Formats: sequence, structure tokens, C-alpha cells
Amino acid sequence: MEKKELLTGNEAIARGAWEAGAKVATAYPGTPSTEILENIAKYKGIYSQWSLNEKVALEVASGASIEGIRALVAMKHVGLNVAADPFMTLSYTGINGGLVIISADDPDMHSSQNEQDNRYYAKMAKILMLEPSDSQEAKDFTIKAFELSEKYDCPVLLRTTTRISHSRSIVILKSRTEVNKKDYTKDCKKFVMIPAFGRIRHKEVLKRWKKLADYADNSKLNKVYNSGDNKDIGIITSSVSFQYAREVFSDIDILKIGVSNPLPKKKIKDFLKNRKKAIIIEELEPFLEEQIKAMDLGIEVAGKKYFPQFGELGLAALRKAREIFFTEEKQKKRDLGLENIPKRPPVLCAGCPHRAVFFVLNKLKVRVMGDIGCYTLSVLPPLNSLDTCLCMGAGVGQTLGMEKANPSLKGKLVSVIGDSTFFHSGITSLIDNVYNSGSNLMIILDNRITAMTGHQANPGMGLSLMGQEAPVIWPEKIAKAVGVKNVRVINPNNIGEFEKAVKEELANSDFSVIVARKKCVLLDKKEKNFRIYIDMDACKSCGSCLKFGCPAIEFRDDSYTINELLCTGCEVCIDLCKFGAVKKKILK
Amino acid sequence: MNNDNKYNNYYKKWEKKIKQGIIMSILFTGVGGQGIIKSTTVLAEAALSSGLDVKVSEVHGMAQRGGNVIGSVRIGRKVYSPTVEKADIIFSLEKLEALRNLNILNDGGLVLINDYEIVPVSLFFSKQEYPKNIIENISKITKNFILLPANDISKKLGEPKASNIVLLGKLSTFIPIEEKFFIKSIKKNIPQKAVEINIKAFKEGRKY
Repeated sequence: MEKKELLTGNEAIARGAWEAGAKVATAYPGTPSTEILENIAKYKGIYSQWSLNEKVALEVASGASIEGIRALVAMKHVGLNVAADPFMTLSYTGINGGLVIISADDPDMHSSQNEQDNRYYAKMAKILMLEPSDSQEAKDFTIKAFELSEKYDCPVLLRTTTRISHSRSIVILKSRTEVNKKDYTKDCKKFVMIPAFGRIRHKEVLKRWKKLADYADNSKLNKVYNSGDNKDIGIITSSVSFQYAREVFSDIDILKIGVSNPLPKKKIKDFLKNRKKAIIIEELEPFLEEQIKAMDLGIEVAGKKYFPQFGELGLAALRKAREIFFTEEKQKKRDLGLENIPKRPPVLCAGCPHRAVFFVLNKLKVRVMGDIGCYTLSVLPPLNSLDTCLCMGAGVGQTLGMEKANPSLKGKLVSVIGDSTFFHSGITSLIDNVYNSGSNLMIILDNRITAMTGHQANPGMGLSLMGQEAPVIWPEKIAKAVGVKNVRVINPNNIGEFEKAVKEELANSDFSVIVARKKCVLLDKKEKNFRIYIDMDACKSCGSCLKFGCPAIEFRDDSYTINELLCTGCEVCIDLCKFGAVKKKILK
Repeated sequence: MNNDNKYNNYYKKWEKKIKQGIIMSILFTGVGGQGIIKSTTVLAEAALSSGLDVKVSEVHGMAQRGGNVIGSVRIGRKVYSPTVEKADIIFSLEKLEALRNLNILNDGGLVLINDYEIVPVSLFFSKQEYPKNIIENISKITKNFILLPANDISKKLGEPKASNIVLLGKLSTFIPIEEKFFIKSIKKNIPQKAVEINIKAFKEGRKY
């Protein structure tokens, strides 16, 4: 009997890589792609690793491919920006063993800084792109991507979105096909991209493009679903939008695009023959729409006219569009007055060591150039910290730029960056500060793990993805090695000592690094033999403890209390109360 | 409280609808850490082993840190969209989150609410109160809701973390999937040492 399981898209991609005989997989964690590598690491027969960043991950995978085995690399959409340099030229060199690159896009920015549409990357690089519409396809397309990569000597981009990566649907499991390693033969004209060889390869890319276009036109991955009597209209869609379309437009024929670069133009033309109108349903950019419009088929092609160019689509968005173009009766909307109910924004955990850092920086009224991680949550009330958050590593360079723009800001500029983020892209900007005589303060928020994406190992931990021991790489040693004179390591939960150190480092004339080191509280839960409480006789109800924003400090019915279940015993709030009302009681 | 009389046709109605090809949509909500994702998984795998098609949607990432969490399960003969437009049942492990999501309740839909409050941290530091009249507000919008003290029940059983499974037990009485498939799914998805107590929690919820 065939085995069926409910898998997320990410789990299905991992399964697909395993079934396809892949032997190397790499990634840097990033929502919504993280679980791909976490799941690959569970399979035997594949070497997997967290790389420092997406660029290195792609380069490692490409090396494995050149040596002749099947390799996969996974990243979130903005990760491909980091990997864009090798990505663009890999199109020229091509591959040896199949090379599949996963880009997990995040329409609606559930956990991202932008919602860029990475389909344009495939178009720019002139490589093949596949877009699955559920978990079964995520697995099947991954396997197909390896085959096509080898057949056309082309890295293949498999593009998912959050709804594909994080939705579960039924997948039929099969066994692994072992694929023999291909021989590596030195081939400078293919793999050494000096201008003379690059010119040759660019022509190969253009030749390959024609072959890929033929493939797309004949591929079964582009599929027509004839369902309606209405032959005037045809819907063209891809990815999860296809699922929405099948429900809302069950009476209209649909062409589902599985190979979305190059577009199957002949197939599209055939599908739209004798129709009066094409409706293009896609999230984010009008990627399909613009190309279909450019085909000049002499019929109306409409997409973004009906659907938003931002966020996710869904059944409701399609229903709304349907009401407009069929002038159907609108579904009645009740106003339930739910807009004013209190929101529940995400917060830093009780006992989180980041909180003390931002509390101090607020108190000192410095500008804080931020980064991406749990600590980005410090921008929300009551901490209201951070002046910038652009991309990973950016704050360290931005701080130097501000300093150069306005030297009078000396002593008022701080960048914050996480430990994993430091390894990802903070080291280069650290060196830039040293080289260019920066005099600001860089705080490395070292909580000993990649926390935001769900606790992945990183180079500071002495642990690899596959659970093996690894050398521990210390950020403070890197800082010292590149010539930073003022380097300190402090536990930020010793809030007085931490504040003193920040003041001193801001006052000196050189560039400084403080490593604020305290393990992520979720990994550091200990049975405590004491409890922290607020003595209401001593409490002056000033509310300053609430400004710390700890979820364990509660205010109800004009009274302040510490929620014992949430309190981790970090004791920072004891130091914060001027009146000594927060107390510690040893339990017997 | 026994609601069986009021809702006893729900199971049969959906048994019929699913045979007709209609998709049943269940929205799961609550606060990060309450076991929402686990609840969706247990229901979805019960649906899978009962032979139905099923899709689950969940959102990871920033939402986990004390924010509100939403998941959805859709079951039927053939399911397309993993996300919900209108929910036939809302399953909420927290009162405020039940109210927040009422706008997507289908006509005739049912709301299962854990009688439990988690105050958003943002209310503490802005010195606002947790709304006092949530159930009153809900009853103005729909009469089809069941309030169930899942946390009290699970605490009595000695496993405070099983409140999600208690509420899931109640939910299971409205979904046309036999009990044995839920039990099988609990055995598969709950760590071995907690299986027995979670099955108890499930049965307590079922008979509530």
C-alpha cells in the first residue's frame, strides 16, 4: 500500500530532495524556508549544513554540484538578494550534478522586511523556475527540478510562498532513487568566468533559453483544467492562487502554470484561442500578466485590475473580484465593531536578555540602528527602540554612515546585531568601521543561538545542523583580531554594569564592541528556588516597572503583580525599582 | 452544561454536506504557546486516516512570541484552498481571540471557546483593562457558541497543558470523523508519556 502523509510544503521539499537522491543540502535559516533543511537533516544519505549566509550556502551547493552530485540550497526570498552574486553567474556556468535553489517568498510579510517577488530573479538569470501549488507538487517538482537541471545544464529555481511552505496537505511517499555521481572533468571554459569565457557562456545561456521555452510549452507541469461552459473567459494562474481559483471559479477553465520561467507561451496562446478575455490570478507582481499582455493576443488580459499587488490573495479576494466582473450580488458584510478590541502584538519573552539592552539604550537616549531577529520586536511599545531596520547586517554600516554625515553625533550612535546575524553579514561591516575609523558602538546581542527562526545552531554554538560538535567561533575574538581595541563581554541582565559599560564605550574616541552575552531564555529555563514579587506596601504605583515591558509584570485592578508562571527569575526588575518594592524571596 | 440537544444535528448535517462535496472549514485561534498548531495537526491527521482530503494552514515566525496565532483545517472529499474564507467552526483557546475572529464565522457557524483569559502584555503597560464583557459581546453576534473550561478540566486531570486537547474533544463531536481516528491521531502526535492523559482529556472534552 502506498504511504500517505500530511506534510508541509517544506517537509515535502525535503522528502523530494531525499527521494531524488540529493547528497548535499545547505541553507541559512529564514522564515518561511527554515524547516526544509531541518527536515533534510533527518534523512540519512544527505549531508546538510547551516551556512553562514545564503551566498555561502549557494556556493557550497554549487561546489557539490560541480563535483557531480545532486545538491539543494534553500533560502527565504530576501536571502536570494544575499546570494544574488553567485546566483546570476551560475546561470552562465551551469551545473554538473543537478542544482536546485529554493526561494520561499513571503507575501504579506508574515515574518519579513519586504514582500519582493522572486520570480523576477529567474527571469533575470534566464533559468528554469517551477512553482508548486501544494505539498504533493512541492515534492514532485523538487524531484523534477533535479532532472531538468541536469537535462538542461541549468540551476533550477523552485519558488514557494509562505502558504505553500507552511500549509499541510496529503503527499504520497516513495523510496529514494540513488543517483550515481557524475565525473568531474576540468572545464575552464564552463566554470572559470573570465570575460572571454563569459562571452561564450552567455551565448550558451541564450541557446538554452530556447530549449527551455520548448520544454515549458510541452511540460505536463503546465496543466489545463477544463471545467466550465463559459468558453469566453480563461484563467491563468500559478502557486497557491491556483487553489483559490479552483474553488471560486469552478465554472471557468483554468491553465495552471507550473513552469513559470520561461513562460509556456505557445500553451498559453492555445489555451486562450477563441476566448474573449484572460484573467490572470497571481500574488504580488504582475509577472505572468505583463508577459501575457506582451504576447499581443488581441484579447483583453486583466489581472491587477481586479487583484491587489500587495499581500496574499485568498478565497475572499477572488470572491470580491468575481463579484466585480460578473456583477454578481455582493455578499453582505456585517459590521461587527471588532476593530476596537485590544490587539495582541508579539513581544519579547519574559526574561529575554534583549529587553535589558534596549531599556538601557532608551534611557541613554542614543540612536539605535537595528537588525533582524527577535530583538527587532524592541521597536514596539513600551521599549519603542530602534531607529532603523533594513536588512541583515545593515545597521552596522548605517551607523558609520550617520557618523560620517554628522560628526557631532559622536557618543550617540549605537548599532545592534544578533550573534547569528553577526556571522551572516556583520563581520564585513565591522571591518569597514575599523578600516574607516568609525568611532561608534556596536553591540552584539549574543544569545548563543539563532532564536527568531526557531532555534537553529550557528557558528558561535559549537554545534552543526547534523548535531555534530563544531569549533566555537567567538565574536569578541573576531573583533579583537580585526583591530578593535575596546571589546567587552557583559551579561546585559546585570543591568547596572551593562549601563556603565555602554556609557564608557560611548565616551571613548574609538570604535567599540560590546558583546551582550546571555543565553536565550527559552533554552535557559531552570527550576528556581526563589520567587520575585512586588511588595505593595513599598510600591508607589509609579508604573516604571511596566516600562520594561516584561510579560510577567502585570497590572490589574490598580495593583502590580509578578506572574509566577511566566517569571523566569532574571531579577532585572529588582534593579529597576527605585523604591525597592520588587523583592526576592527564597523558597524552602 | 450539555449542548447535545441544541447541536446534535451538526454532525449529521456535515456528514451529508461532505458527501455532497462541500468543504468544512475550521479556524483555530489562541495565543502562542497554547498548542494551536498541535490541535490542527491532531484533527488533520484524524481526517486523513478517515479517508478524507484535508489541508492545514499555519503561520510561523514572529507570531509565536506571545502574539495571536491562527491556524486552519479544511476537510472534504477534495480540498483546494488551505486557508479559510468563512469558518464553519471557530475553535478558540482564548476568549478575546474568539471575539477577534468572529467576523469570519459562517452563517449558522459554531464557536467553541475555552473559558480562559490571557491578558495581552500591551494592556499592562498601557494600563488598560482586559475587556470584561467578551461573552456578552459574542452573544450579541451569535447564539451558537459553547463556553468550556478546558484549562480547569485539564488541570484537574493533572496535565494543565492538555487544555487544547480537551477543547478538541468537544470539537470532535461536531465533525463527521469517528472517534477512533482522533484517538489514533493523538497517539501519533502526542509524546508517548503524555498519550494516556491526553486521551482522557479528549474524552472529558467530548462528554462535556
